Parts: sequence; structure tokens; C-alpha cells
Amino acid sequence: MDGAQDAVIDGDGFDALIAVLGSRGLRTLGPVVRDGAVVHGEVAGSGDLPTGWHDHQGPGRYRLEQDGGPELFGWAVGPASWKAEFFAPEETLWRASVGDGEVTLTEPHDRTSPCALVGARPCEVRALAVLDRVLRDGAVADDRYADRRRGAFVVVVECGAPSGTCFCTSMGSGPAAGEGFDLAMTELLDGDHRFYVRVGSPEGAEVLARLPHRPAGPGDSAARDQVLAHSEDSMGRALDTERLPDLLARNLEHPRWDEVAERCLSCGNCTLVCPTCFCSDVKDVSDVTGAVERQRRWASCFDLDHSYLNGGAVRATTASRYRQWLTHKLSTWWDQFGESGCVGCGRCIAWCPVGIDLTEETAAIRESDGATWDGGAATGAATR
Amino acid sequence: MTDTLGLVGRHPFLAGLPDGTAALVTGCARLVAFDKGELLLAEGGTAATLYLIEGGRVGIEIHGPSEGRVVIDTVGPGGVVGFSWVAPPFRWQFDARAFEPATAIAVDTERLRTRLVEHPAVGYALVERLSWVLLGLLQATRIRLLDLYGDGRRR
Amino acid sequence: MVDVAEPVTHPAALRSPLSPRPYRVVGRRVDLVDVVTLVLEPRLGQPPPFAHGQFNMLTAFGVGEAAISISSVPRAPGPIEHSIRDVGPVTHALCNAEVGGVVGVRGPFGIGWDVDGLDDATEVVVVAGGIGLAPLRGAVADLVERRREAGGRVYVLAGARSPDQVLFADDLERWRRAGAHVAVTVDIATPDWSGAVGVVTTLIPEAPFDPARTVALLCGPEIMLRLAGRALVDDGVDPARIRVSLERNMQCGVGLCGHCQLGPLLVCRDGPVVRYGGLADELLMERQR
Repeated sequence: MDGAQDAVIDGDGFDALIAVLGSRGLRTLGPVVRDGAVVHGEVAGSGDLPTGWHDHQGPGRYRLEQDGGPELFGWAVGPASWKAEFFAPEETLWRASVGDGEVTLTEPHDRTSPCALVGARPCEVRALAVLDRVLRDGAVADDRYADRRRGAFVVVVECGAPSGTCFCTSMGSGPAAGEGFDLAMTELLDGDHRFYVRVGSPEGAEVLARLPHRPAGPGDSAARDQVLAHSEDSMGRALDTERLPDLLARNLEHPRWDEVAERCLSCGNCTLVCPTCFCSDVKDVSDVTGAVERQRRWASCFDLDHSYLNGGAVRATTASRYRQWLTHKLSTWWDQFGESGCVGCGRCIAWCPVGIDLTEETAAIRESDGATWDGGAATGAATR
Repeated sequence: MTDTLGLVGRHPFLAGLPDGTAALVTGCARLVAFDKGELLLAEGGTAATLYLIEGGRVGIEIHGPSEGRVVIDTVGPGGVVGFSWVAPPFRWQFDARAFEPATAIAVDTERLRTRLVEHPAVGYALVERLSWVLLGLLQATRIRLLDLYGDGRRR
Repeated sequence: MVDVAEPVTHPAALRSPLSPRPYRVVGRRVDLVDVVTLVLEPRLGQPPPFAHGQFNMLTAFGVGEAAISISSVPRAPGPIEHSIRDVGPVTHALCNAEVGGVVGVRGPFGIGWDVDGLDDATEVVVVAGGIGLAPLRGAVADLVERRREAGGRVYVLAGARSPDQVLFADDLERWRRAGAHVAVTVDIATPDWSGAVGVVTTLIPEAPFDPARTVALLCGPEIMLRLAGRALVDDGVDPARIRVSLERNMQCGVGLCGHCQLGPLLVCRDGPVVRYGGLADELLMERQR
């Protein structure tokens, strides 16, 4: 933020930060280790954070390792994304009581206090901005999502330890945090354990003012630069985004879709862990008293019924559903929302049970751009 | 070395046609093979091939979003696939897909048309034979439209 | 998460675009054995203004919600009409709604036929298959009325399965008397049918429209849209002046749930009416898209 001086807080400054956030009436949420993974939960102090934990990720693989050291953020991302905090996995949209030719509607309102996210990653913050475009900034807004986003306080921690599945640099969403945060921190371990702090909003400045801190010096700034440079060099993989939307749009009949369909289980894990997937199902339920409820829950385009129309599913094959997911994420998201839907977090790669890697799939299509099945006229490849 | 001329000559589509017809058609033809599931031609494509089916079964299909792939006809050995080259806009109206590994004689209809103009007697006989095939398909389709068997629902 | 439900007595106080507003069924017509037209009125005030070709999300309380095109004629303030075909649990419940009953309404949503923007000299060719005539009804009635005295002719080409499945026969006759060219064809005839038999595209060669001055509006099954679109282009109609109404699974109607995606489009938000040339012509050809 212009004019706001960068600062440094020391390694155990997180307790003070969490206390200040609590005193502002914010529920403090952050990364915690549970069931062998870094997930999200309530954080009462720095003792709840994943101190000393490191993640090893690859296609279909995620493992945490403890080294006993002081590093709080020596890991990349776990399966949970902050999407769940603002776009509820399940919620009731409205209730109605029906009787005697009258219908009375009620709209449940969420009265929980706004949250503070402590330790979001830059790719996460970018993902929330992507979701904002879809769910909040279009012609019609999801009012519940908009309410929860308003008043949320975001502390992003830049990445010092990208994992084998990360490719945020390819998507321009990391390892440095750009915008969409109140405070941005970078963990520095050269010499004193401390955090470099950048202010991103007036609220961020207010919170920083109440924490013990000192102005950042050239040594601190250089140390941050070095952490970020190291992260950029150690990305797990890369996605070639050069004219990617057009590449996918002209390869809808590429044989690779059928090839990946032989591996893809259509399980939808990728859509569950993806921080920008936003599809939802609604279901109306009623009871014998005449009370009716409409419930909304997360849905996946990998569900066969997702595209149900007049007696059948439009995307009846796994190949067509995988094609839909990938072309939406990397190509038609641009048509619909003016940017890419992918932030390079790599979760879909790690949490795919068979390790399908979208950077590899797009590279394969790019390599044989324009390929169709041999021999036949046009192909209908994705319908075999 | 495959005896393409022999194959063409023995194909039922050309049975009983004047001498020289098989040779003329062979001059515009090549043998092709399709894997199970492969398309011979697709809706919207430029129609410029006549397929004389030698082996395997080919389905004529159309696709719709909720209908999926609907098979509207099948053609087996001795049959003919691909008629839209006969008249403008020279564009395939349906898909044709091999239901099992299939072999066919693929006739380049642009070249065929040129040769038939040069040999009008053969040309007339071939076009008349084509009309017979189309007439048979039209009559069969009209009978199918009667929906003679009913669908089991009470009215 | 604390959940507090506040009873809402006044529909105007409903906050969310996802909450249906209660409308009363003030009229009901059985059009065909499986098509019913409901006439709906909000409990208070008037329905919001709509454009021909737009749709509402109708809730049958306790069953579910479905996207149904507005089929009202005319577009003056007043109760709105929806012609619903019984194809599943929700539409079945809506078709069986009684006068006096309550139906939930959200909308209007989507991009319509935009007939207001057409200059009166344009000829308009309408191709409708089956229930596809319902989203076109209001637009056709408007166009026929505007051109009663002068202006380009309206050509209505409608296809149905059989004579007892011809929708809005009264309107078709009224439009014919008002000067429109109206032709109806069926797939399977009955002995008393003296009209055309065959697919709806067979009506195109007999309709004497001038392709150079024509705008076409198409609505019906997708296979029919492909055939009719190609036939009109082959006849010389500018593909960019052909408009088709697309359909996909719709649940929110407002571009938030992702179900109605068709390539680059969210059909509820970028359609359902889209131009054929350079957009729908390609999308309709893509299998399982």
C-alpha cells in the first residue's frame, strides 16, 4: 500500500496478531495439521500452526514430514481451500411453510462473525479474487457469498517452500502476493526468525499498529527477495499458458481426451479441492407438515447428472466431462469471466487418485495440436 | 496385391451393370479399413465419397444433447454408405460409424462424376442403380414412420 | 454456523435472487395432453417487465424448480403466462397446479429474441418444433400485430409430432388471418389431417421470403435447430441474422451454479437466445459439449 512502511515482526509475533484479530471480533482461522494433512481450522495461538511441517507432493501423492524446526510455513498447500469459508459446501437457501393456499418464505441469515484468515497462500488469495468475479461481481451476486467476503480479514503468507505440484508462477499468482490482502507476510529464517510485513489495506495498517514491530530495513528486504527468488526457481512444474485458451478451443476432438478418459475415474476429487470450482446443485426437500426447504451443495461437472437434459446427460462419457472441466478452467473461463480459472495451486494433481496432471495433459495436446484420429473423416473422438 | 477391380466387380451395388462399370469405378477407388468406433464420415463434413461396404457393420447416426448418439440405420457387407455427394450442398447430414472393424471401397465422387460425364451410358446405369438403392431406403423409412409396433404405453 | 431465519411477510423484503416470490395461479389452460399454460399473478403488485424469449424459474413448492419460457401475449402489464410440458417431476407438478394455488417465481432471466430492435421492413421467418413455439408465441404475436398494415411479412413454420400435438392452433389461425404466412407440418398424420406431412425444414422452400431481408428465429429440439439453420443459410439467409434458443440444465438461472454451460456460454446469462452464425452453428455441432 502506498505510503505505508514495510515492517518486521519477530518469529513469535503471531500470538499477538491472533489476539488483536480476536479483539476486533473476528473468528481467527488458519492452517492446522489434522489427519496427516495441512487443513483449515480455528487458530487460538501460534501453537496451533504447522510448525516444523513440510509437505511432499506429486501426482496422486501427499505426505507431511516433521523436522522439529521453528518454520511455521514450510509447506505449500493442503487439500482444503478457503473457498469453503465463503461459499458453503452445504446451506439452506430458503424455507417455506405451505398451507391453505398460502406460502410463507424465510431466508436464513448467517450471523456468524466475520473471519480472519491467518496464513492464506498467494494462490489462495488469487483464487478468492477469481471466485469474487464469478459469485459476487457479475450481474447477479450470490448474496451470502458477498456478505461473508465483506469484513473478512486476510493475512497472506508468501511461499518459501513450493511443493512438487506447484505452478503459481505460470499463472502469475505467486510466490509473491499481489493484492486482495490486508497484511502480507514473508517468513525469514536467515539469522533471526522473523516475518517481513507489507500492508495492503487501512484495516491491515490498524492491526499492524497494535503489534510489536519495527520498520523493515534493507537487509530484511533483501532476505525477502531471496526467499521469493528461491521459490520461483523451485516450482514443481510449469503450465505453458501461451495462447492456451485458443489451443484448447481448437482441439475439442483431440485423441488425448479419450486417452485421459481411460485413466480418469470421474470421481470429482479435483473439483472438490480446486479453490475456484463453483458449481452447485439445488434440491428441494419437504416434510409432512408442509415445510419446504431448498438446499444447495457443492456439485461437480464430473457427476453424470450434472448436464442432465430432457431424459439424458449431455456429457455422457468421461472424456467429454474431463474435456469440460479442463477447457472451462483454462479456456472458456476467459470467455465467461475474463481471466483464467486456474491459479496454479496444484491440488488437482496431488489429490487425483490416479495422478492426472493438467500441465502434462495440456502439453500433450500442444505437442500434437490439431491431431485427430487416423483414417476417419472428422472424429467425434470424445464420444467413443 | 489386392485385386481391387475384382472386389469392386463383385460388390452387389454393381451387380448386373454394363461392362466397364467396374473398371471405371475402380479407377476412382481405393480400399480403406476402419477400426471399431471410428467414423467414416461426420455430420457437417464435405460429402465427396461413396463407400461400398465389404466387411463389418456401419451405423448411420445423429447426435443430440439429450438423445446422445441415436442409430437410425445400419449397413452391412454389400451395402452402400454416403449419398449426400449426389446433390448440393454436398454436406454430410449424418454420421457413419464402424460398429466393428470394417473394410470398404471408398470411391472419390468428384472423379467419378467427371468419368461418368465422359461415359454417359455407364453413368446413366450407375445413377439408375443409385436411385433404386435410395428408393428402397425411402420406402423402408416411410414404413418405419408408421410406428407399427407401438411403444407399449396405454393411451 | 449460527442460522437465524427471519420470517418474511412481504415478498418485496426477500433479499436474495435465489428466493422465489410467491405467485398465485389465476388461470389454467390445457393446451395438449402434456402441455398446460398457467396464468400467474404476484400476490402484490405487477410482475416485473420482461422481453420475449426470456424465462422464469418456476418453483412447485415441495417438488423443485424448472426454467420455463414466458409465453405471454401481449407484453402489457398484467398476469404472465407460462406453457409447460410435462416431462419430469417438477413440470408434472406445475402442470397439475390448480387455479388458486401458489407457484414460486424467480426472474425474468436471460437474453430474448430482441424483436423490438427489428425494423419493420425486415421479413421474419420463425421455425418452431414442438414446444418450441411457446418461447416464440409472444414475439410472433407482437411482430404480426406491428406488421398488420405494412412492413415485412412474418412466416411461421411449425412442426409437431401429430395433428393433436399442434400447439396454439388458435393463435396460428389468428396470425394467418392477420396476414402472416403460416404453415404447419406433422411427422405422423391422422385421416382428418389435410396439412403437410414431413420434417419442418420441408416448409422452408415453400415459404416465399426474401433471404436478403430475412431475420430468422428458431426454437425446438437441437437436431431441428441444426437442420433448419443449415437449410436457411443454404437458401441465402445471413447466418448472423438467424437466432436460436438454446437449452441446457438450469438450476439457478443467474450464472452462479455452472450447470448450463455450453462452451463459452452460460446459457442462462448469455442466452438462451444466441446468434447462429459464428456461435451457435459451431456449438450445436460439438458433440457432448
